[in-house]
Amino acid sequence: MFAALSPQFRSLGNAQNIMDAAAVLAVVTCGITFVLMMGSIDLSSAGVMGASALTVSLLVANNRNDNDLGLLGIAVAVLLGCAFGCLSGLALVLLKVPSFMATLGVSAIGLGVATLMFAGVQPNITDAMLKGWAIDRFLGLSYLTWIAVACILVGWLIQRYTRLGRYAYAIGGAEEVLALSGVKVKPYKVAVFALAGAFYGLGGVMVTSQLGAGLVQAGNGYDFSAITAAVVGGTLLTGGRGGVLHSAVGVLLVMVLTNGLVQVGVSPYWQGGVEGLIVVAAVAAAVIPQRRRNQVVK
Amino acid sequence: MSVAEMPALEVRGLVKHYPGVKALDGVDLVVRQHEVLGLAGENGAGKSTLLKALVGLVTPDAGEIYVRGEAVKLRSVVEAANHGIGMVFQEQSLVPNLTAAENILLGSEGASVRRGLYRWDVMRRLAQEQLDKIGSKIDPLARTDSLSFADRQMVEIAKVLRIEQRSQHPPVIILDEPTSVLESKEIDTLFAQIRRLREFASVVFVSHRLDEVLDVCDRVTVLRSGQSVGEVAAAGAVPRELHRMMIGSTGSDDHYHENAASVVGSEQPRLSVRGLSGKSFRGIDLDVAAGEIVSIVGVHGSGREDVCRALFGAEPATAGEIRMDGRKIDLRSTRAACAAGIGYVPAERKIEGMVGPMSVADNMTLTKQKARCAGPFVAPAKQASLVDRWIERLSIRTPTRDTAIQRLSGGNQQKVVLARWLVGGDIKLLLLDHPTRGLDIGARSEVYRLMRELAASGVATVLLADSLEEAIGMADRILVMNDGRVVTEVACPAGGKPSPLDLVKEMV
Repeated sequence: MFAALSPQFRSLGNAQNIMDAAAVLAVVTCGITFVLMMGSIDLSSAGVMGASALTVSLLVANNRNDNDLGLLGIAVAVLLGCAFGCLSGLALVLLKVPSFMATLGVSAIGLGVATLMFAGVQPNITDAMLKGWAIDRFLGLSYLTWIAVACILVGWLIQRYTRLGRYAYAIGGAEEVLALSGVKVKPYKVAVFALAGAFYGLGGVMVTSQLGAGLVQAGNGYDFSAITAAVVGGTLLTGGRGGVLHSAVGVLLVMVLTNGLVQVGVSPYWQGGVEGLIVVAAVAAAVIPQRRRNQVVK
Repeated sequence: MSVAEMPALEVRGLVKHYPGVKALDGVDLVVRQHEVLGLAGENGAGKSTLLKALVGLVTPDAGEIYVRGEAVKLRSVVEAANHGIGMVFQEQSLVPNLTAAENILLGSEGASVRRGLYRWDVMRRLAQEQLDKIGSKIDPLARTDSLSFADRQMVEIAKVLRIEQRSQHPPVIILDEPTSVLESKEIDTLFAQIRRLREFASVVFVSHRLDEVLDVCDRVTVLRSGQSVGEVAAAGAVPRELHRMMIGSTGSDDHYHENAASVVGSEQPRLSVRGLSGKSFRGIDLDVAAGEIVSIVGVHGSGREDVCRALFGAEPATAGEIRMDGRKIDLRSTRAACAAGIGYVPAERKIEGMVGPMSVADNMTLTKQKARCAGPFVAPAKQASLVDRWIERLSIRTPTRDTAIQRLSGGNQQKVVLARWLVGGDIKLLLLDHPTRGLDIGARSEVYRLMRELAASGVATVLLADSLEEAIGMADRILVMNDGRVVTEVACPAGGKPSPLDLVKEMV
């Protein structure tokens, strides 16, 4: 439809644009998919990404201090994300805080940590490698896009070939059954949140690469967009269905839609509202067949 | 006694208390090696508590469990499995979105998962080994929710047999109501399977259907009120005999207040149902006169619970009509039912019957809001005097009217739930779905008395009783349901009660 309305939309260059613009969202969605598969929800990505963005920008070569840790700095930022995820998971299983509240809290903590590190002066990165990720291209796509592709692949492997991935799926399907089979569920829940946190951490690093600076708001809006993309891709909010590949398709659909709206001249101010409509419609559409099926089974 | 002759599993004097109820009151049970033991008992006899104790889901207050002569403590499903005891649960306990192989190996993956990494080929092979043991042809990599009920049950049995890997001796397999979801052909397959299992395991088989129990078991132990009351060799026994043991001798005292039974007028029926059909029942006709208590009896799956809910509009009925005092009411609306003077006391009191943390007063006035309000506002004084009046009339034992209902005993909770329908003063028909479930004898008797009083005041009652005895004791008339239809109607006046066995004949 967009292709008919706008000749620009059809161009190869625009396809590249969509892919590049989708990179960060794809990585974040990859992480959140595992949490959604369990039937939990994760609203912490914005805060975690902010903290990771500031961390990485202060650890690689930058204008604020003399650090030049390069890849090690990136690894630290990813691990920080992992730790935040761990925190969400522990609050869930030990303190029995519902996941939406636990992760919302962790998001606020992440933003707080990021604001402290920001300390009023924006850290601009001078690290050539990290800046290059957003600019240099390989086979027509930016390095960030290839990183996203790699993340999806890794995510798919985790989902298909590890106990962690399969149990995340099973927890969403029937958690009680796991307990009756003698499986200790709690460690897996924490691990899933930690895994998701690592993906958000990487997402924060990628945003920093795009902006050339570490910003507190690096993850602004990604929490909601990632859930939208995962749901549009067919992952159920009640858990037990969907997966990383589904989510990848969902990310592309959402990006094509927003990109298409811009190309046909819809004001960008509309985009937030449109995204909201999409997620509500997608959830409603996913629930209808589910209801019908339940009636047949029971 | 040599180890080879030791019972595979023995239970001595098992006791388990729940608040207000003694679920197990010194149960004894012996499961010999390579035998199929049947376990029979009415609802509330303690079967499910006993089974849970055997797989470590319930910790008994007293008594011992012996596995092959050795005293054991079973604190979790895993510990029970380590001693070779496994159970196929009544509600199927498989993860629907995993493959059959994963479900079979869940919790004991062995070589199929190394350092957290799946090896699907190994998993497929290990699962196939389990399926081969029971001669099943299911594809191990099929998604579980794509399998039929019968196939899923085979997967469950294959899964339970994994405990052989943990214990050093033949396992004890418990099957809790395995036939309730199967069709008759599938039941035959299951029974062939159970006979096969006997070759290398002991089996405990639990079912409501006594003919099935006698068909497949070697021996049957009967439970009643948390005690083992008898043991029968299955060969040559008849269901009638078992049933007599299950219900025991009826008490000679007037437990059901039969002398208070009201005389039913023969005017126009208060409730009149014609051709009511839903997904689990068809063509139900039912009349209940003012002051009459009609009980619907039937085995698990007969559809009687759904009929009861459909009368209240809580379960969609697809056809038919319901009239109250001649006026037709909307089939799909609980609101319409309330407005027509119908009250429903659900079986799951704690989930559907009451709002646990809310006060006695608020629970009591939940439905009939008008009774406690002045205009759009709650009138505290009005509510207080109304609630106090009913607390006194039903002798509800509660510290104050503001006590949270969940702190009351089961019997008093149930009285509050009943009072909810009475405070409006416009109740015409009460639907009582297992109103005495989980109550002790004293509380039961009080509920019976209350039912009699209501009937005497002209309220019509439809009762789904907890036991056949209760149905016979309370009802003026009994409808027997089987497989979604009313198969017969039995008059049940005081002084001319039918025997439980007459009813059982029609139920199975």
